[in-house]
Formats: sequence, structure tokens, C-alpha cells
Amino acid sequence: MPLYLTDDQAMLRDTAREFMAAEGAIATQLRHWRDIGCKDGFGHGLWKQFAELGFTGILIPEADGGLGLGHVEAGIVLEEIGRNLTPSPFLVTAVAVVEALKGTPHGARWFPGILAGETVAALAVDEGPKHRPERIAMRAERAGNGFRLSGDKQFVVQGASADMIVVAARAEEGLTLFAVEKGAAGLHVEGVRLADASIGARMRFDGVEVDADAVIGEVGGGEALLGRVLNAGRAGAAAELVGLGGQAMAMTVDYLRQRKQFGRLIGEFQALQHRSAHLYSELEIARAATLKAQQLLDEGAAEAEAMVSVAKAKAGTASRLAVQEGVQMHGGIGMTDEYDIGLYMKRDRVLAELFGDAAYHADRLARMKGY
Amino acid sequence: MADELETFRAETRAWLEANCPAEMRQPMRDESDACWGGRNAVFKSDAQKQWMETMAARGWTVPDWPADYGGGGLSAAETKILRQEMARIGARNPLMSFGISMLGPALLKYGTEEQKRHYLPQIARGEIRWCQGYSEPGAGSDLASLQTKCEDMGDHWLVNGQKVWTSYADKADWIFCLVRTDPAAPKHKGISFLLFDMATPGVSTKPILLISGNSPFCETFFDDVKVPKDQVVGEVNKGWDVAKYLLGHEREMISGMGLGGQGDSLGAALAERLADDPLLRAEVSGFDVDAMAFRAMSERFLDELKAGMAHPAQPSMMKYAGTELNKRRHELVMAAGGSDALEWESERSRGGKAAREWLRTKANSIEGGTSEVQLGIVAKRILDLPGA
Repeated sequence: MPLYLTDDQAMLRDTAREFMAAEGAIATQLRHWRDIGCKDGFGHGLWKQFAELGFTGILIPEADGGLGLGHVEAGIVLEEIGRNLTPSPFLVTAVAVVEALKGTPHGARWFPGILAGETVAALAVDEGPKHRPERIAMRAERAGNGFRLSGDKQFVVQGASADMIVVAARAEEGLTLFAVEKGAAGLHVEGVRLADASIGARMRFDGVEVDADAVIGEVGGGEALLGRVLNAGRAGAAAELVGLGGQAMAMTVDYLRQRKQFGRLIGEFQALQHRSAHLYSELEIARAATLKAQQLLDEGAAEAEAMVSVAKAKAGTASRLAVQEGVQMHGGIGMTDEYDIGLYMKRDRVLAELFGDAAYHADRLARMKGY
Repeated sequence: MADELETFRAETRAWLEANCPAEMRQPMRDESDACWGGRNAVFKSDAQKQWMETMAARGWTVPDWPADYGGGGLSAAETKILRQEMARIGARNPLMSFGISMLGPALLKYGTEEQKRHYLPQIARGEIRWCQGYSEPGAGSDLASLQTKCEDMGDHWLVNGQKVWTSYADKADWIFCLVRTDPAAPKHKGISFLLFDMATPGVSTKPILLISGNSPFCETFFDDVKVPKDQVVGEVNKGWDVAKYLLGHEREMISGMGLGGQGDSLGAALAERLADDPLLRAEVSGFDVDAMAFRAMSERFLDELKAGMAHPAQPSMMKYAGTELNKRRHELVMAAGGSDALEWESERSRGGKAAREWLRTKANSIEGGTSEVQLGIVAKRILDLPGA
């Protein structure tokens, strides 16, 4: 398979690009919800529009009413989301959680709402300030017909708005994923506004009791399943970062073509030209690595495991460079809230942290390669 | 379509199994293991000779060239499969050749039918080893200011001047050379692209000793060299177009350095040395991320190139990224090697292999246009930034 988009995928990209630029724009979405202090941090109306275009069902199997497409297609939508900083539950709900529920009885319960753009779902994995899924400590003890969940989670994206939460906890048999509905007794949720104006949540599970059928997959079989879910999320976050970094670069290069100092366009200065060209190179490489990871995930290839970490790490460093150069090259106005470039810097920081930062993934790759 | 490709893959796999000698599936130990062909070809083993000849007979030294010119006539998808199947068994490149990677593509685009039929099959079979006469003492990054004089003497050209950094000029049979045919014209407009035999009277070479202690490059002198009139490629005084097109292919070839041979992880190769050095391990893991990402970029670039989707200046970005990556690789190899890697002559160090290769890579970001030249090209042609 060639490492570029097929004709169908290019059509989807065009649709997503046009739609997101028109409906998901910073002025009408991110800034709007931020400035009115929306407790969700995103618009439910836009989520419904996503559904009408079929986006929310991209990864849902056709048998369940979805489009049955792959991670490449999900990444196409995410790249446009990244470009416009469009706040939406797409990454966590339509990519990560759908990956968790696919092929389980939970699909029948939750997919219709996701397909309709009515349901928001969240994923509760992190328990400390850094992504360390290997060290999940939340307990799942047998209780009655089911389990009792105890422990703390944080950085649960859209957790405060979610109708259901996929929770990773440790049962006697090993790591296990549970589907927990909102409002469960003993579940305390604190919505937290993050630097980019998105809303995460801290959660306390104070002996939350769930039935045995809340288990997703097998009891003790959570490690492989969570790995799959996280890889879907990581590849998706990489795609969003590539879009974000690409747009930050485009805005910056555009500024270099217009801003005059010393009687000339600042884009004529070699110091800025070379840094811009280096940034272009880094982003192109990140885009290629991300597409490769998505293709490998869709093929079910073993190499996907390593490539996903490469993509998340590379997209993270390339996008970081884009927003840093972006703010610096914009000069003073880059520091103002009025200009968008600073919003890109804030979103980059959040996305880079989500599902593991570049250092986490470089280390993960090193372990996979035996050093 | 997909079925045909799978059939091709199966047949190719079987053919390679049957025809690639075991020795040619071992990684190259160093640059001297490469097979360059040529009139005075020196083969390191029978297996090396056999591998080159077998592949050439099938047209697979140049799988995507037309069969009429000695190529395999394969499609882009088939060529990719052949490359994958060769990589799968670790098959070596049967023939290293500037004729294949640089001159051939330029001839295919700018050569006359006669030139194509004459030169291309010789290149495909590895019969003629080519060198590249581009840089001059006064024309490095500013290549178009070259001064080697080429006068029209009616029935022949007369060439006088000097080239420098001519890779393997002392081992080459022929040269493709940029010469000035109109000294009065603006610098880009008076250049022609000329081919001639290095055995012609008046041609001499002198190897340049480099910091690596090796001499892969030469100074090349032309003293009243007579060249037949039909050995210009493209139009007279329009050689700069040919030169630029060829440079794109040269950059593409050099960017391959970023792939760093076989094995996909530097850290895995250095594992023992990294065990008690957490800072170096962190640096190497960051390198491995970049190297694997670059490998994906390389695959994407080749796919897009074959499909005619690549930006014409994209080879500059590839060359920049690939060579900077390769320099980083060798800095890390040296750091991991410690004082072992500093030995310059010992048997243990295989004649200072690590140190000499490390020094060799410093030329990567200079030859074929410096990193700074590439960044300038990307800034102007891809990012559309203003200025000269």
C-alpha cells in the first residue's frame, strides 16, 4: 500500500477540511465556549453535525451501523480538528472508547448514541500527573455480583460531560476495563479547566459498585485491550498534533511574508528562512510517521506497536517546535490573546501530554527494542 | 490488480531465494564491500560478480527503467515490492552506480534516443563506471559560477579547466561534467552538460586526502581535452536544467544515508553500551524515534515521487533531513564507543572503522549542496518566502 491517501481518503480529507474550517473555526467554537465559560468546553450542536457527516461512526463496524473505516480515516478528521483547534469529544469518544467497546456487548448499549452524536464517553487511565498506564493502582475488588472500584483518576478528558467512562482498574486477576455510567454512587467528578480551555476531570471512585457485565472484555484481560485503546488514542493524538503544528507553521510563514521591519519583509531574513525550512522538514516527517502508524494499525501489523510510539513522539516534538517558533516569530503580538497562535501553543501542550509525551514514547520504543 | 501484485510478490520472492547468493545477504561490512562495476571492475568475490550479473540480466539493477534501455520495466508498485522482498532477505544492492542514481534519470529525461540506447544499457549492466564533474575550486555552493572552459572547435569540443570533490574520479571510466560553453552569457545560461571518457588524453586525477584518512574524492584536471560533438546532453547552453534535474536525484540518493543500512534500531545495536549510561540511552532513544520516522518519510517520498505527487523541491528537504540524521547517528556511535572507537589503526577497531566513518559523514551535509543551500531552497520554493 503506498504511503499516501487513497482517492476515497483524499475525498474525506476535502470534506473534513471544508467542514471544520467553516463549522469548527476558532472564533465560533474554541473562543466562544471558552469566553462564555461553558462547563463542557465544546458544543453539543457541533458533535451532532459530526454525526450527520458520519464522522462519529468512522471506527464503528458496519454491522453496528457505523462506517467500518480505519485509523487512517479517523486521523484525517483529527488532522482538521487540530488545524482549527476544534473542541470536540471525537478523539476520546469516537476513537479511543469505540476501540474499547468494539466487538463487545457494550457496543449495542453505547454505539447508537455515539452514532447519533448524543453520547459523550471518556477514558480514565492516568492516576498521576504523567501517563504511566503500567502503574495503574485503582482497585477492583469482587463485591456481590460484580466489583467495587476504589481509587483516583485524573486528566480524564471530557470526564465531567461524559455519559459513560471506560475505567482501567486492577482486579485480582489483573488489569481490567470497566464501563461505568455517569452518576454512579460513590463517583465524585471535579471538572477542571486546562490551559487550552478544554475541560478535563479529576475523579474519585469511592467504592463505586458495578455489575459483572460492566467488565469490558475479560476480567484480567485489560492489558492487551488497554494497549489497543491507547494505541488508537495515541495515533489519533499524533494526527491532531500534525494538523495543529501544520497550521501553526502556515500562520507563521504567512506572517513572515507580510511583516516588514528594517524596511523589508522579515521572511527575507535567512535566519528565519532556515528555521522555517527546518520546521517544515520536521512536520513532513511527523506526518509520514503518523500515516505509517495508522496504516499499520489498520493492517493489524505487529510493527504498529513501535510505530505508534514513534508517531506520537515525533508529532509531539515537531508540533512543539511549530508552536514555539510560531510565537517567537510572531513577536509581541504572538503573546496577545487576540492572536490565535498562542492558542496553538496551549493546545499543543495538552495534546503532547495526552496518552504519553515524547519522552515516554521514546522510552517505550527503547524498551521494545531491548535497551 | 491486487492479485497480480501478490503473484508478482510470490514469484519475486521465489526468484530471489533461488538467485541471491548467501554471501550477498550478509550486511556490507563497510564501503569497500560495495559493487561498483566498470571497465576495470574489481570484485571482492565470485558471489558479488554473479549477483550483479544475474540482476543485470533481469533488468533489476534498474527495475523501473524501460526494458528497451536495459531496465526491468516494472511499475511503481512492482518496484516497491521488489525492494521490500530484497530488504526481507537482506539482499545487498547488486550495483552501486552514479550512472544509475544520477546520470540515468537525466538521460531518460534529456537524452536523445541514440544517447539513451547507447549509454543506458551500459549503465544497467555495470559496464561503465561514471563520475560527476560539478564542483570547482571557485564554484561550491555557488555551483553556477563554474568556469571550466568548453570551446566549439567545429568538429569537436575542447575542454580546459579543473573540477574538485569528484567522487572516485580515479576509478571512473567516464565523467558527466558541467562546462561553460558561453562565457558572455549570464551564469546560468552559458553552461552545457557534457559526457566524456576519462581515458581521453589531457584528463588527469589526483586523490585528495581527507580527515578520515581516506581519499574518496579527487581533483580532476582537463588540459586540452578533445570531446566528440554528439556527447552533449540536452541543448548547448541549457545544461543548467539538466544539472538541476540531476541534482534532485543526487539529493534523493544522499538522503538514503538517513536510513542507516540494515537493522531498524541504533539503540538495539548499542544496547550493551547504553545499559549503564541513562543520558546516552535517552539521546539514542530520541534518535531512534527520528530515524524510524524518517524511514516512513522516505517511503512516503518515494511513493509520492513515483506517483508524480512530490513537490519538485522535496528532494532538498529529504537530503537535509537524511544527512543531518546520519551525522547524528555517527556522533552517537562514537559516544557509545568511548575510547574503543578512537583507535585509528588497530586490528581490534578494524582499522579505525568507527572513527573513519564518523568523519566521512561530515561530508554528507556538504556534498550535493550544503544543508544551508537545501534549507534556502525549501524556504523559497516550498514555503514561498520572499528574497533572492
